[in-house]
Amino acid sequence: MDSQLIGILTDSFGKILLPGLTMTLPLTAISFALALIIAVAAALVQFANVRVLKQLARFYIWVIRGTPLLVQLYVVFFGLPNVGITLEPFPAAIIVFSINTGAYAAETVRAALEAVPVGQIEAGECVGMSYLQVMRRIVLPQAMRTAFPSLANSLISLMKDTSLAANITVTEMFMATQRIAARTYEHLALYIEVALIYLLFSTVLTKLQRVGEKRLSAYQSRKE
Amino acid sequence: MLLKAINVQKTFGELHVLGGVGLSVEKGDVVSILGPSGSGKTTLLRCLNFLERADDGQLEFDGRQYAMARMSGRDIADIRKKTGFVFQSYNLFANKTALQNVTEGLIVARKMPRAQAEEIGRRALEKVGLSDRCEYYPSQLSGGQQQRVAIARAIAAEPQIIYFDEPTSALDPELIGEVLAVMRQLADDGMTMLVVTHELNFARYVSNKVIFMEHGRIVEQGPAREFFENPREERTRAFLQTVGDRLPPKPSTQGREI
Repeated sequence: MDSQLIGILTDSFGKILLPGLTMTLPLTAISFALALIIAVAAALVQFANVRVLKQLARFYIWVIRGTPLLVQLYVVFFGLPNVGITLEPFPAAIIVFSINTGAYAAETVRAALEAVPVGQIEAGECVGMSYLQVMRRIVLPQAMRTAFPSLANSLISLMKDTSLAANITVTEMFMATQRIAARTYEHLALYIEVALIYLLFSTVLTKLQRVGEKRLSAYQSRKE
Repeated sequence: MLLKAINVQKTFGELHVLGGVGLSVEKGDVVSILGPSGSGKTTLLRCLNFLERADDGQLEFDGRQYAMARMSGRDIADIRKKTGFVFQSYNLFANKTALQNVTEGLIVARKMPRAQAEEIGRRALEKVGLSDRCEYYPSQLSGGQQQRVAIARAIAAEPQIIYFDEPTSALDPELIGEVLAVMRQLADDGMTMLVVTHELNFARYVSNKVIFMEHGRIVEQGPAREFFENPREERTRAFLQTVGDRLPPKPSTQGREI
């Protein structure tokens, strides 16, 4: 490897990592937090069989899971201005990523809710708790534990998918890399470099998943 | 009269599960409901606590009248706060410790201060012989221990009656005794109990009244002693005969403690 290439790579490392920390990670974290709220809401109205809202949730999941994320980004960022709604790149990305991840996570959470034995709901109601109290204190905590590994999957996918935001001019890691590559023509080396940084990020997330699973599993420990 | 149900009816689709059942329970009664599987015993119990909604029937409970098919959520909540329910499969909250299982309803539904609830919870667990298991999760307990926690959960709120839905049917045989012992102790303490069971010894020697059901109707009911020693109905005699070989003559001659 010639010294010029090494110079470009070390020089670009900080320039790629910085938007990774200031853009990719916040974009991921904010979108995922919103996605979780959407997912729990969409799962609960289905689980509790709330009329109209249930159909609405099914429709939302059907549309979002059935269309490409990139297309969704284009619709919101380039399309909505045609009807007078113009969004900045970052909020547009947040909206699309949270809605998109929310649809997948909603199915995860719904399946996890259904995995909680119905007898525990009955038992909760028999000790005088309301349905909402039972959901909040008994069913949801168990469901989120069940859903945790799949949700961690969604989080890692989302983190990588934020690279698509480069298409709507969000200056995150991938766009930063593209710019340096356009200037230096070291495409291969630079795209491998940014790939390795994504790998680093997802490795950290995977480690966090392990820790989280361990902490959540207290009540599931085996018989002594 | 603590509880009186009249003409309780329930159908699941085409199936007539309860065809006009009536029963009454006095304070301090221990009533066993016997009958072959599919006779509607469990459905009756679940209708009395509104886990199933009866299609018709009147309920008199604690001095108030209710139409069982048209209950408001508030009425149901009121009744449930005065009753306990013990399930066949325990149904403990898997994400809560034994103590939390007992205190959850007190703290959340009854707004009791945590310290007071925990004191009551510890006392309830002590009563079922599990004071050393307060911090254990259900997955760390045996079936018999889980069912005893469930009984502690039911008695903690000082209900006027506890419904038991086949409380020992899911248990390994060697664990049945410890649960029946706790139930006998409750009966001795004067707790009013309505017990769907297959344990004839419990029905005979612990309960004071027995109800025998078949095909969604009550075939015979009466004092336990009379029911077992001198059943009136042919069908009752036949039932007792078929299950009779599981029924030793005296509790003292059996290995199992009740």
